[in-house]
Amino acid sequence: MSKRVGMEASFAIAEAAKLARIEVAAAYPITPQTHIVERLSELVADGEVDAEFICVESEHSAMSACLGSAATGARTYTATAGQGLELMHEVLSVASSSRLPIVLNVANRALSSPLSVWGDHSDAMATRDCGWIQVFTTSGQEAFDQTICAFKIAENPKVLFPMMVHLDGFHVSHVVEPIILLDQEEVDSFLPPYKYPFPLNPDKPVTMGAFGPPVIYTEAKKAQEEAFIATKGTILEVWDEFGKKFGRHYAPVETFMAEDAEILLLTMGSFSQTAEVAIEKMRGEGKKVGLVKLRLWRPFPFEELREALRDAQLLVVFDRCLSYGGTGGPVCGEIKAALYGEEKKPRVVSFVGGLGGRDILPDHFEQMIARGLEIAEKGQERAYEMIGVRE
Amino acid sequence: MAKQDFELTWKDLEIGCIVTEPGSASSYQTGDWRSQRPTYDFTRCIKCGVCAIYCPEPCIHPNEEGYFETDLFYCKGCGICARECPTGVITMVEEEEK
Repeated sequence: MSKRVGMEASFAIAEAAKLARIEVAAAYPITPQTHIVERLSELVADGEVDAEFICVESEHSAMSACLGSAATGARTYTATAGQGLELMHEVLSVASSSRLPIVLNVANRALSSPLSVWGDHSDAMATRDCGWIQVFTTSGQEAFDQTICAFKIAENPKVLFPMMVHLDGFHVSHVVEPIILLDQEEVDSFLPPYKYPFPLNPDKPVTMGAFGPPVIYTEAKKAQEEAFIATKGTILEVWDEFGKKFGRHYAPVETFMAEDAEILLLTMGSFSQTAEVAIEKMRGEGKKVGLVKLRLWRPFPFEELREALRDAQLLVVFDRCLSYGGTGGPVCGEIKAALYGEEKKPRVVSFVGGLGGRDILPDHFEQMIARGLEIAEKGQERAYEMIGVRE
Repeated sequence: MAKQDFELTWKDLEIGCIVTEPGSASSYQTGDWRSQRPTYDFTRCIKCGVCAIYCPEPCIHPNEEGYFETDLFYCKGCGICARECPTGVITMVEEEEK
């Protein structure tokens, strides 16, 4: 039977990895690491999960060890955050293009400098084009559930892509909250053993990561892209099965009080919870506002987003990352691109804030909506604004 | 016969571009890279095999008479054999334009 416990999200994720019966974890144990692998290393040492814990000397090595492990057909897990994810960067694209279904939890943190270990989405956004399936979560419960789902999605023979499950650094990762933990029987009934089609085996040798000269590289990328886009079907199936089995439902794009809304706010990650407070208050004042929460970041859910945004007049997008000299918020840039060809679409205003652990309060979301209306009226949508910055 | 590389479409590739045929690199003609080619004066050869040991490819093997000679299908023309040969058997010459 699943049980409801008060637990730090990081610890709950370590439990998720344990319940998924991981066979190998490779992780760097020092800052910016979180309690996820600290707890997991204890669970392995105590014999609660029959896994190898490889304590490596850097995140580059962590992901490299994960490549080898996943290639043997072992269920493979790691976690990191912030600068650690950046140090993994080179190996991330090897994992995805080699189609090795590693599961990675990222407690999203800002990037230095100035030196910051606090939360925002800069680390995740820098890995946007690495070819990993990426989902964002808003709570410890969601991060726990999505970590279990991630193994089932990534290892599906139709998928075989690595998957990142993002949770906000500190605002989620270090917070103790009530979390419903599934038990071993429940997870076993949901998650089949991992069976990789080409496991490293001396009796049937294969070459992985062979070089791809110009005559073949383009075909390799096309094959990767087609397979990656097609993963959405499996993602939806797995979330659907999870919802039916355990009663918690997930979708690529989720909404809150968005029906008949003229103004929509769009957020990703845990600040969606704060935004809900603001939306609820404004609805109470009779304002036609609603919230759209983007969960699936890659592959990008174009159809679902267009459907959710179509009828609004104004869309206010809140980003926790800055694309210097670019579109402002990277999420907003993607959304504008997704809407460009549509006949019916809202005007879009971009805000960036919550950087490096700065809080965003319900009042801030109200301000963004009010300011968004002003900007749209003046036709100044091309610019973005930073929220909460001292002038 | 299997398709040549230039005939493969994206649908023909294995997952992750994995190569499932062991040793398939042996069909790759690295000799195409060569701009210089080794020539031999076997009258000086003492059959010590130092050239074969140093060859990074490694594509130098004894011929029927026991003299060490490169396989031009693979030889990239790096010239290490010529540099290492203790008796000066090998001279690198320019590949002529085809």
